[in-house]
Amino acid sequence: MKEMLDLFLTFAKVGVMTFGGGMAMLPILQREVVEAKHWATEEELVDYYAIGQCTPGIIAVNTATFIGQKKGGVLGGILATLGVVFPSLVIISVLAGLITNFSHLTWVQDAFAGIQVCVCVLIFNAVIKLLKKSVVDKRTACIFLLVLAGGVFLNVSPVWFVVLAAAAGIVLKNLEVKA
Amino acid sequence: MTTLLRLYWEFFKTGLFAVGGGMATLPFLKNIGETTGWYTYGDLMNMLAVSESTPGPIGINMATYVGFTVAGVPGAVIATIGEVTPSIIVILVVAMMLKKFRENKYVDRAFYGLRPASTGLIGAACVTVIFEVLTCIRVASTDGVLNSVRLAGGSLFNWPGLALAAVLLVLTNWVKPTKKLHPIVFIALSAVVGVAFGFAGG
Repeated sequence: MKEMLDLFLTFAKVGVMTFGGGMAMLPILQREVVEAKHWATEEELVDYYAIGQCTPGIIAVNTATFIGQKKGGVLGGILATLGVVFPSLVIISVLAGLITNFSHLTWVQDAFAGIQVCVCVLIFNAVIKLLKKSVVDKRTACIFLLVLAGGVFLNVSPVWFVVLAAAAGIVLKNLEVKA
Repeated sequence: MTTLLRLYWEFFKTGLFAVGGGMATLPFLKNIGETTGWYTYGDLMNMLAVSESTPGPIGINMATYVGFTVAGVPGAVIATIGEVTPSIIVILVVAMMLKKFRENKYVDRAFYGLRPASTGLIGAACVTVIFEVLTCIRVASTDGVLNSVRLAGGSLFNWPGLALAAVLLVLTNWVKPTKKLHPIVFIALSAVVGVAFGFAGG
């Protein structure tokens, strides 16, 4: 019981200290989970991260589930995940409530109009960074361009692109192996 | 009640199909806004900015914020739980057969196609928000059929916005002392510029 509470609290602490994406969480996990609690080794953490990135969902949550599961089985995995999302739930709910109350003010609208420009640039930068890792040859460039065009011009759920791209990956690689 | 169920289902799908971290959920959130009418692109951009500037993984912050916008605190909880449910199930299964999963050639091959597709989806979301924020062209469509294109302001482009975007692009990519700074710095700077120059035009 005490162990489970410890899992929840440790991951809540990791959640509070993570600023940004799942990658920003790695150094904090190294300190809290590997060095302070000895719940996983450095190598295991890197493995969990690699799998967390290539399984569906948010990397931070996937890694938390992995470590929790190793430490305390299925319940441990669930508690570690609830721990890592708990600070977000509290902080965002409070902030969202505040922002809704002040959103009619002119200066708040001006501030958000400025912030929206910044968010455009941040997303653009994220895409450029991802491009370098995901587009490795002509075929992946084709998949990228097709999905980009489809996403802009077709009004269909992203789910279809994900399913088709996974199938395309398998087919293209199979042809390569046979050739 | 039906709203909460719908919210859970939409976020369950997001958690299941968004591959590659928090930003990969953006195209799904955009799609949810389009199909349900719960929020606009502008709302989503504001939520993303707040999510980047507060503690916690971006993907979770965005799920919480969208859920809160749709149905208050219960919505925040339901959306977040919905988004993490597939992760918990998939990871628990993968953990049981860790070695097999890592060495499976079909998993490897599927990801060869998935990675550029995920980037393409985020790129498409990026194109849409750039249109929304930096130009005055407003495209209206119903059920996927384009029915009107009009100008919201007197000019084609949002010139002050474009100027700010150009400065930010340079600061975040090519100026050594500033490019390593946390995004919150640029978000704060943009808020100040927005207030100083009356960006909302009100």
